[in-house]
Amino acid sequence: MNKGISVAGNNASQKQLGVLASDSNLHRTLHFLAENYIWIFLLLCITTFSFASPYFLTINNLGNVLTQGSFIGLLAVGMTLVMINGEIDLSVGAILALACALAIGLQESIGVWPAILVALLSGALLGFVNGALVALSGMHSFIVTLGGLIGIRGIVFIYTGEQALMVEDFSYTEYAEIYLGPVSITALIFFGFAALFQWLLSSTKHGREAYAIGDNIKSAHEAGIQVKRHKIINFVLCGVLAAMAGVLLSMRMGTAEPNAGKIWELWTIIAIVLGGTRLTGGFGSMWKTVGGVLTLAVLLNGLRLLNTPNYIELVVMGSVLILALVLDKLLASGNSN
Amino acid sequence: MYISQDKRRTVQRHGLIFAFAIFLVVVSFSSPEFVTPGNILNVIRQVSITGMIALGVTFVVITGRLDLSVGSMLTFLTVLVVDQHNQVGPGLAMLMTLAAGMLIGVVNGFFVGFLKLNALIVTLAMLSLLQGITLFYSGGSNVNVDNAQETWFGFFGRGELFNVPMPVWFFLGAAAIASFVLLRTTFGRWIYSVGGNESVSLFSGVQTRWVVLSAYLISGLATGLAAIIMGSRVMGAQNTIGQGYELTVLAGIILGGTSMLGGSGTIWRTVIGISMLGFVQNGLLLLGFPYYIQWLVTWVVIILAVWIDLAAKRGKVFA
Amino acid sequence: MNKVVLTAESMTKKFPGVIALNEVSFEIRAGEVHALMGENGAGKSTLMKVLSGIYNPDGGAIYYQGERVTFASPKEARDRGILLVHQELSLSPELTAAENIYLGAWPTNRFGVLQKRKMNEQAKAALDSLGCDFGPEVRVGSLSIAKQQMVEIARTLAFNATVVIFDEPTGTLTVTEKNQLFQVIRSLRERGVAIVYISHKMDEIFEITDRITVLRDGEVQGTVDTQDSSIGEITKKMIGRDLDQYFHRAQSTVGREVLKVSQLKKAGLFEDISFSVRAGEVVGIYGLIGAGRSEVAETLFGARQRSAGVVVFEGEEVAFSSPREAIEKGMALVPEDRKAQGLILGLGGRHNTTLPHLDRFSKLGIPNVKQELAVFNEYKEKLEIKTTGPEQLVGDLSGGNQQKFVLAKWLCADPKLIILDEPTRGIDVGSKSAIHQYIAELAERGLAVIVISSEMPEVIGVSHRILTMASGRLVGEFSGAEMTEQNLITAVSVLPKAS
Repeated sequence: MNKGISVAGNNASQKQLGVLASDSNLHRTLHFLAENYIWIFLLLCITTFSFASPYFLTINNLGNVLTQGSFIGLLAVGMTLVMINGEIDLSVGAILALACALAIGLQESIGVWPAILVALLSGALLGFVNGALVALSGMHSFIVTLGGLIGIRGIVFIYTGEQALMVEDFSYTEYAEIYLGPVSITALIFFGFAALFQWLLSSTKHGREAYAIGDNIKSAHEAGIQVKRHKIINFVLCGVLAAMAGVLLSMRMGTAEPNAGKIWELWTIIAIVLGGTRLTGGFGSMWKTVGGVLTLAVLLNGLRLLNTPNYIELVVMGSVLILALVLDKLLASGNSN
Repeated sequence: MYISQDKRRTVQRHGLIFAFAIFLVVVSFSSPEFVTPGNILNVIRQVSITGMIALGVTFVVITGRLDLSVGSMLTFLTVLVVDQHNQVGPGLAMLMTLAAGMLIGVVNGFFVGFLKLNALIVTLAMLSLLQGITLFYSGGSNVNVDNAQETWFGFFGRGELFNVPMPVWFFLGAAAIASFVLLRTTFGRWIYSVGGNESVSLFSGVQTRWVVLSAYLISGLATGLAAIIMGSRVMGAQNTIGQGYELTVLAGIILGGTSMLGGSGTIWRTVIGISMLGFVQNGLLLLGFPYYIQWLVTWVVIILAVWIDLAAKRGKVFA
Repeated sequence: MNKVVLTAESMTKKFPGVIALNEVSFEIRAGEVHALMGENGAGKSTLMKVLSGIYNPDGGAIYYQGERVTFASPKEARDRGILLVHQELSLSPELTAAENIYLGAWPTNRFGVLQKRKMNEQAKAALDSLGCDFGPEVRVGSLSIAKQQMVEIARTLAFNATVVIFDEPTGTLTVTEKNQLFQVIRSLRERGVAIVYISHKMDEIFEITDRITVLRDGEVQGTVDTQDSSIGEITKKMIGRDLDQYFHRAQSTVGREVLKVSQLKKAGLFEDISFSVRAGEVVGIYGLIGAGRSEVAETLFGARQRSAGVVVFEGEEVAFSSPREAIEKGMALVPEDRKAQGLILGLGGRHNTTLPHLDRFSKLGIPNVKQELAVFNEYKEKLEIKTTGPEQLVGDLSGGNQQKFVLAKWLCADPKLIILDEPTRGIDVGSKSAIHQYIAELAERGLAVIVISSEMPEVIGVSHRILTMASGRLVGEFSGAEMTEQNLITAVSVLPKAS
C-alpha cells in the first residue's frame, strides 16, 4: 500500500520500497527461492539431461561443462560488476579477441609471459577508455561500448589481418591442460575470480559502493562517493577479465581468430540476466551470475550431447531468455505487493 | 529525461555536417572519383538496404526502445523470399516475406509493449531465436534464386528507373512516406509522445502499448522490404547475410542525431546518418584502406558525434 | 538564550530566470526547533540546500559556530555536523541499514575491506537510541517508509550532528509514527542539537517548534517566537494577503448528478469509497499523503483497475479499462505530478494541449494544424500562459505556466467531470490564485469538479463540500460551516495505521 519513496535516478519507476519485512518462515523460504530461482532451474536442467543422455552425468563431461562455461563466465563476472553500477559493456567480446591475438602474436618477439601481460594490459587499457568516455562525456555506456564493439574488432583485424594467428610453439597449449581432478585450470580461474569478485561486492568499500551508485546515484554522489572514479575502475576490471578470458582461450585453442568472441557479449548478457541480476542496476550478485553461466553451459552441453541440430540451441537460448525475463518481471512485481 | 534546448543546438547540428564536409573534401582530393555522380549513386544504393531497415528502427528508437533483432530478421527474411521465390513464385514469396516480417515485429512488440520486458534483452533473444529458425529452415545450406536472369523479381534490386537504381527509389520513397507518417499523422504524434513520456501519454489517452507494438511492426515491415531488395540484388542468401546489420543501423541512427532516450529525432536524420556512414566507408575504401578500418572510424565517429551532441545540449564539454 | 550554531547572512542564490534567495539572513540556535515556513517555491529547500553544502551560494556568507565557512560539497557540511534529512529519502534499498547510515564514511581497513562489525555495532547503538526494533544488517528496501526514515535520522546521530534539517518529514507517516518522530526530535533538542523543521502543516509547527521564520518569494518576512504567534499571522506572512482574499469559491448553481461512486474498492489501496458529485459542484478530497486519494482518482479514470464497486457517470454505468475510454466519455484527470503524468516536457505547447483529443482535429488520422493552433491560442489567452509560441518546449516554462498548459489540455475537450490532483503544488503564489479562480469558473460553467489537495487552506477555500480520506477509507464529509481545519485534522487523524 505504501506509495513508495521517489528514488532519484532511472530506477524510480522500477523500485517500490516499503515492503514490510515478513516474519513467517514459509514466507522467508519462498522469498529466498524466488530470489535464487536460477539454482532451481539449473538443478532442473541437470536432472533432465541426466535422464536424457547417459553421457551427461559423467565426471568427464561435467568437467567439460565447467571449462566450456568459463570463458563466458569470466566475461560475465566483469560485466556483472559493471551492470550493478547501472552500466553495460558490449565490447567484451572484442576485447577478448584482441587479448587472444596479442597473447599469441607477441610470443615470438617478447616471450610467452610478457605477451600475456601485454594482452591483459590491453584489456585494462580498453576498459579504461570505455570507462573514461562514459564518466567524462556523460554518454550512456550502451553507445560508448557499442562503438567499442565495432571499433575494437577493427583493431583486432588490423593486428591479425584476415587470417587466424597460430602459435609457433604448441607447448603453449599445454597450460590449458592443467587439471585439478576433473576441473581444468580454466574453470578454476573462473571460479576463483567469481569468488574474489563476490567477496569484493559483499565486503569491500568499492563493492558496496557499486550498489549504492546503481541504486541511487544522487545520494551516492551527495554522500561523497567518487562516482566517476568508481565507474572507471569497474570498466577497467571488466576489460581485464575479458582479456583474461581471451588469454585462456588462446591457451586452449592455440590460435587466435580475428572473429573470436563475436556475439559472446550477447551470451554474456543472457547468462547474467538468466541469473537474476537486473540491467537497471543496484541489484545482483556474482553467485547469481555463476548460476546463470552454469545453466547456460549445461543447457548447451546437454543439447549437444543429445545431438540436437545447431538451430535448436539458438532457439532454446532465445526462448529461455525470454522466460527468464518474464519470471523476473513477475517476481519483481510480486515483491512489491 | 528532459534537457533544455537552446541556440547551441544549431552549432551541434552543423558541427557534425561541418566535420563531414571536411572529410568529403579530403577524400575528394585523394580520389577524384569520389564525388562523381556515379559513385554517389553507388553509395546510396549500397546504403539503401541498411537505410530501409533503419527507417523502421527509427520508429522504435523514437519510442525510447531498441530493436537488435533486425540483423537476424534480415537474414531469415532474405532466405525466405529467395527460397519461396523458387517454390511459389516471386509475388507470393514477397507477400509472405512482408507478412513474416510484420509477424516477427508483432511478437517483439508484444513482449516489449504489452509485457513490458526489457527491449534490449527481448530483441537479443529474438536475434538468437531467428538465427536458429533460419538454420532450421535452410538446413544450413545457401539458397539461390532459380532463373535469376529472367525473373521479374530482379527488378527490385537490380532494376533502374531514369538511370537511378530501384533500391534508391524504394529507400527514398519509403523515407518520404515514413517521414510523413511521423510528422503529420496522429500516429506519428503518438510515437513521439510515448517516447517523450510514456505515463503522460497513457494519461492523455494514448494507447501506449499498441503504439509500441506498432513501432516494432513497422520495424519488421521495413526489414521485410529490405530483405526483398537484398534477395533481389544478390539472387541468393547465405545464413549469415544479415549479420551485423543491427549495429550498422544503430550506428547510423545515432550518427544522425536521434536520441536513444526517445521522444525526438526524424527520418531525415536517420537518412543523413546512414548516408554519412556509407560515404565514410566508401571514402575509406577509395583511399585504399582495408574494410576493417571502417570499423575503427565508425567507433570514433559515433563517440564524437554523440559527445558533441550531448555537450552542446548541456553547455559544457565534460559531464 | 541558547548559543547560535549556524548562521546564513545575506544569502543569495540564483538559478536561470529565477532569484531563489534574495539576501536571506537566518540563524539557528542550539537546542531549539526552528521552523522554516513558506509557500512552495518560497526558497525553503534552496536555503537548506545551501546550508547543507548541496548548493553554492551566489552571495552572502555562512557562519558555523561563529566561524566563517564554505562548503564545497555536502560531505564537507556533514563533516561539520550539518545534516539534511531529505523529503525524498536518499537511501539505497539494496544496502543494509548500517551501510546507509554511514554512506560515504564506511570504516575500512587499509585494503578497502569494510569493517562490518565495527560499523554494525555503532549503527546498532544509533538505531537503539531511536527506539528502532530492527537491526543494522537489515536490507533497507524491506523496511516500511517510517522505518526508513528512522534510518535516515540515525545518520544524524551517527555523525554527531549539531544541526539537523528536516524537510517535510511527516508526509508519509501515520499519526503514531509522527508522534514517534516528534519524540525523537524532542530528545535531539534536549541534547542540544539545533533543528530546522520545514513543513507546511500548521498544526505540527505549533506543536513542536520554538521559533518560526517565514520566507516568501526568496525573502525573509520575519522571525517570531511560536508561542507568541498565531496561524493567521503566519499565513499572512506566507501569502502576503489575508486568507479569504486568496481563495475563490465558485458561485455556481448545483445541477444534475454527474458522478456516483458506490463501494469502490481496489485491493490493498482503498475500499468502501462511496460519494457523488454534481454539475457545478466543487468537491474537495482532503487527506494526508498515502491516504489513497490519487489512487481513487486513477481508478475512476481507468488508469487502474478496480477490484469491486460501481461507478455511474452521467447516468450510465461505466467501467473504464483505460484512460482513453474515460476521456472519450468526458472525464478528465489532471494528475498530481505534472512532470510524470501531466506534460511531455520535450514537446511543444501545441502538441501537449491537443494530445488527448487529436481525433477531434483530424481527418483520416492526419491532424489539422490550423485548428490546433486556434485552440492553442484560445487557451493561451484565456489562461494567460506566458510562452513564446506553440512550439516552445513546455519543459522550458515555469511551473505555473506548465500547470496552466495541463489545464488547457483537459479543458479544450469540454469535459463533464474534471479531477484535479494537487493542482497547485509547487507553484508560485500568483499562479496559484489564478488557478483557483479558474477552478471556480469551471464549476460556474457547469462542470463537476473534484479537487484533491493536502493543503488545508486551499481545499477549504475552493470547495463546496469536503470529503476526508485516511488509510484508504472515507472518514468524513463536511460542508458549509463545518469545513474547518480542526474538523479536517480530527477526521484524518482518527485511524492510526498498524505498521
